[in-house]
Amino acid sequence: MGSSNSSVNNIPNAQELMQETGFSAAHILRLHERFEFLDKHKCGQLRLVDRPTNQPQDFGAVQELALNPIGDSIISAFFSPGQETVDFASFVRILAHFRPTDRNQSRDGAQQEPANSSIRKLKFAFQMYDQDRDGKISRAELLQVLRAMLGIQVTEEQLQSIAERAIQEADLDRDDAISFDEFRKSLEKVDIDHKMSIRFLR
Amino acid sequence: MQRCGYVHLWLLGSVLLICLISGVTRVNGDVALTHQESRLNPSKSNLNQTEHGHGSVITGIPIVTFKWHHVETPYLVALWILVAGLGKLVIEANHHVTSVIPESALLICFGFILGGIIWGADKVQTFKLTPTVFFFYLLPQIILDAGYSMPNKLFFSNMGAILIYAVIGTCWNAASLGLSLWGCHKGGAMGDLDLGLLQYLLFGSLMAAVDPVAVIAVFEQVHVNEVLFIMVFGESLLNDGVTVVLFNVFDAFVSLGGDKIDAVEIIKGIISFFVVAFGGSLVGFVFGLLISLLTRCTKNIQIIEPGFVFVLGYLAYLTAEMLSLSAILSIVFCGMCCQKYINSNMDERSVTTVRYVMKVLANGSETIIFVFLGISAIDKEIWVWNTGFILLTLLFVLVYRFIGVFFLTWILNKFRLVPVELIDQVIMSYGGLRGAVAYGLAVMLDENKIKEKNLMVSTTLIVVYFTVILQGITMKPLVNWLKVKRAAVGELTLIEKVQDKVFDHMLVAIEDISGQIGHNYMRDKWNNFEEKWMTCILMKPSARKNRDYVFKVFHKLNLKDAMRYVTEGERRGSLEFVRNETAFIDFKKKFDDDFSEVMPDIMADTSDDYNPVPSVSLEMHEQTMNGMRPLEDVNSHHLLQQHLYKGRKQHRHRYSRSHFDVNKDENEVQEIFQRTMRTRLESFKSGKMGVAPLKHITKHLKKDQQQKVRMPNGKSLDKSKTYHSGDEVSFIHPAGIENPAFMPDLDPMAQVQIPPWLAEAEVDSSMVAPSQRAQLRLPWTPSNLRRLAPLRISAHSTDSFMLADAPCLNETFTIP
Repeated sequence: MGSSNSSVNNIPNAQELMQETGFSAAHILRLHERFEFLDKHKCGQLRLVDRPTNQPQDFGAVQELALNPIGDSIISAFFSPGQETVDFASFVRILAHFRPTDRNQSRDGAQQEPANSSIRKLKFAFQMYDQDRDGKISRAELLQVLRAMLGIQVTEEQLQSIAERAIQEADLDRDDAISFDEFRKSLEKVDIDHKMSIRFLR
Repeated sequence: MQRCGYVHLWLLGSVLLICLISGVTRVNGDVALTHQESRLNPSKSNLNQTEHGHGSVITGIPIVTFKWHHVETPYLVALWILVAGLGKLVIEANHHVTSVIPESALLICFGFILGGIIWGADKVQTFKLTPTVFFFYLLPQIILDAGYSMPNKLFFSNMGAILIYAVIGTCWNAASLGLSLWGCHKGGAMGDLDLGLLQYLLFGSLMAAVDPVAVIAVFEQVHVNEVLFIMVFGESLLNDGVTVVLFNVFDAFVSLGGDKIDAVEIIKGIISFFVVAFGGSLVGFVFGLLISLLTRCTKNIQIIEPGFVFVLGYLAYLTAEMLSLSAILSIVFCGMCCQKYINSNMDERSVTTVRYVMKVLANGSETIIFVFLGISAIDKEIWVWNTGFILLTLLFVLVYRFIGVFFLTWILNKFRLVPVELIDQVIMSYGGLRGAVAYGLAVMLDENKIKEKNLMVSTTLIVVYFTVILQGITMKPLVNWLKVKRAAVGELTLIEKVQDKVFDHMLVAIEDISGQIGHNYMRDKWNNFEEKWMTCILMKPSARKNRDYVFKVFHKLNLKDAMRYVTEGERRGSLEFVRNETAFIDFKKKFDDDFSEVMPDIMADTSDDYNPVPSVSLEMHEQTMNGMRPLEDVNSHHLLQQHLYKGRKQHRHRYSRSHFDVNKDENEVQEIFQRTMRTRLESFKSGKMGVAPLKHITKHLKKDQQQKVRMPNGKSLDKSKTYHSGDEVSFIHPAGIENPAFMPDLDPMAQVQIPPWLAEAEVDSSMVAPSQRAQLRLPWTPSNLRRLAPLRISAHSTDSFMLADAPCLNETFTIP
């Protein structure tokens, strides 16, 4: 903390990032430090898996992630489909989803939707399920998430029931998959802003 | 007719009450008199009493004696409970009144009336709310109920805010009130009062506390959003810690006298706050653990399991009281700590018992408290009127509450994730109700030390009445006018709960990745610790298996559906249906058009739970009975629901290829109905006996792989042998009844393209009647769980039922 030569100006595109994501300079700095901590090889990018051994590489440094049921999904959310590396800018952009929404923010129409708006948060949550990014949560995908979260305590049969029922509840057009709109609709009573924000990223 | 009923009820109620009260007071009056007399003159009274030894001399064998003293205390107690209950009955008779004026206000008014009657009869108020009775017998159960039904997660996530309001807010209220009053006293606004600064502060401290009883009573009908509610309510519970300390400290100061107070004493006061608060919580926590441990071992005495909860809860209260710690905090934490474990450990019936008994006790106590608050007012002795004092107190209580809440919220919002809105703050301030606790504390004042005790009691009463009655009445209109965000009323949905969990995990992961220790990290750590250690010790092993939250929600939803179907079926006279195969049921007459298509199946299946007489349903009944073991609930619900949805589907796609109409043709319905019953009977019978001339139907599938699926209930596996992988799947149906009216629904898309009945050409043999498919389905339950959706009796076509049949073919089954 407070090493004198790391200032915001050293970080490429810092100003842009700040504007785009709404993070303050202090936040960007802190995130940059974290990024560098994770980036063991100092190559400016985080890698998903170590090619030869197929072990999770940089994100493996975060031990608790291994214990987290949806840890894998989260990690893969950082990487755009097809890519295996993530640079600092993308890292920050993903984390920006978790900023608490600014209530009275006014934007002009030209500006892009801020990263931490409800829709973007929901999209992120949607991605947790929809691993293959086809825009729908199929039953198998839902099952996978459920299994990861509940697997030890619930039998396979019951998991199937639960997945079935969940799809039942949400699936309005009866296509046996939950599209983003259906997902959004089923969660309309939930206060997404509250549930998907982290305090200190404010 | 209804109006007559109400009038009768009112008349009856009031007459009854008046008789009771006058009877009681007359007896009481007589008793009071006879007490005196019997001391002077043993044989004077005309009642033949033989108690106390030195009673009257008996001249012969008394056949019947009137032994009032024998039963006096318990009789009066029971009578008062009865009166309070009757009062509530009378009040609740008319909903128009109770929706405007909260019940608590009406109860207080009722107390006024009663007090008036008693006073009129006795010229002295023989009944009042004594502190002992209040604090030992009436308050604990209310708080235990509050703790037991507290939403823990919500509470702890707002814990910071609640603590700030409770501790700092209450201290501010007390100090500001006391000091302002003292200032006004000095300024001469109150005339001649014998009160010093310390006494003002003491008064301020007992006036400061927001009362949980009043908050529950007023807020329960308003249904504000949960965050707002939990903050006001949590504050009202936790501020007891502060109130107890402040009250005792200032009481001690008053006794010591002003000169003995120095820095040491003040420091001791501050330390005592921490001791009282944390000590009380710790005692409660320990007792909570005790209850959990105990319920873990009470498998053999399930009938008195609920008793332990209450006894130990009460002991927690008394223990804290004994150690001069905060008793309310103790019982609250006891309730909060044990709720999770006892709900898992105890049998479902015991859990229900605990919940209901708690509600009965809490509600009853609340009623009695308010009635007595009313009665206590009608007492000439306690009333000392000092306009300045009373009015100023009222004013300051309100104003300082607002100031305190707004200021604290402003500070809090800087740190909170979701800021507390302005409107919510207004309601929070307005909801700072004072209640019986303040009154109880006021009555506990020592009149030797505080000359103006009666003034304080009077003022407290006035403030309580003001807050409960006036603020209670205006709360609902205010909430509506300010458009406060209300509690989300909605059905429990599984997907919300699943998503909740996903969010939790997500936040923890993000916190981990971004390398910061935050609220979620802590929560996660606590959850892990708790799962690893506490549930091992405190929960029964069998309960441990199914404790996942999502599963519990799922279970609850299933039970709810099942019960709904059962009651529907019952309501529509299901039993005669099953018994008589050729029963002709006039659908139009008996049921709504909406329901007619659902009818056949509901009746068939739901009757099973109740009437095992016919052989058909006996088998189903057996199955459902077997399924009632915890882990197999799911299966039984499958069975229920599979059959349920069939009917709907049958009728729906009968005539149209693109939209699905309710079958309105009477004869059609009859015929379908009869046929269904027949086929179902056959299939059940053959299924039971294993006789099955199997018939194969192959369907072409889009996808592949049909793997063998595990059978529940140990049905024979021969049927599955015919499943083979590849493009086809075989349907086996035991009996050979073909019914062109009923198509298997392969594919929702197929319906649009090809009318089912024309699809015959694609199929080798004839179609399977759904009921037989039901038979078929039984082995397949694991996969075909779409049926578990709630029965949607709505206008728009709920095609889930359609799809329910189709998709299993398209899926890949996994062998567990």
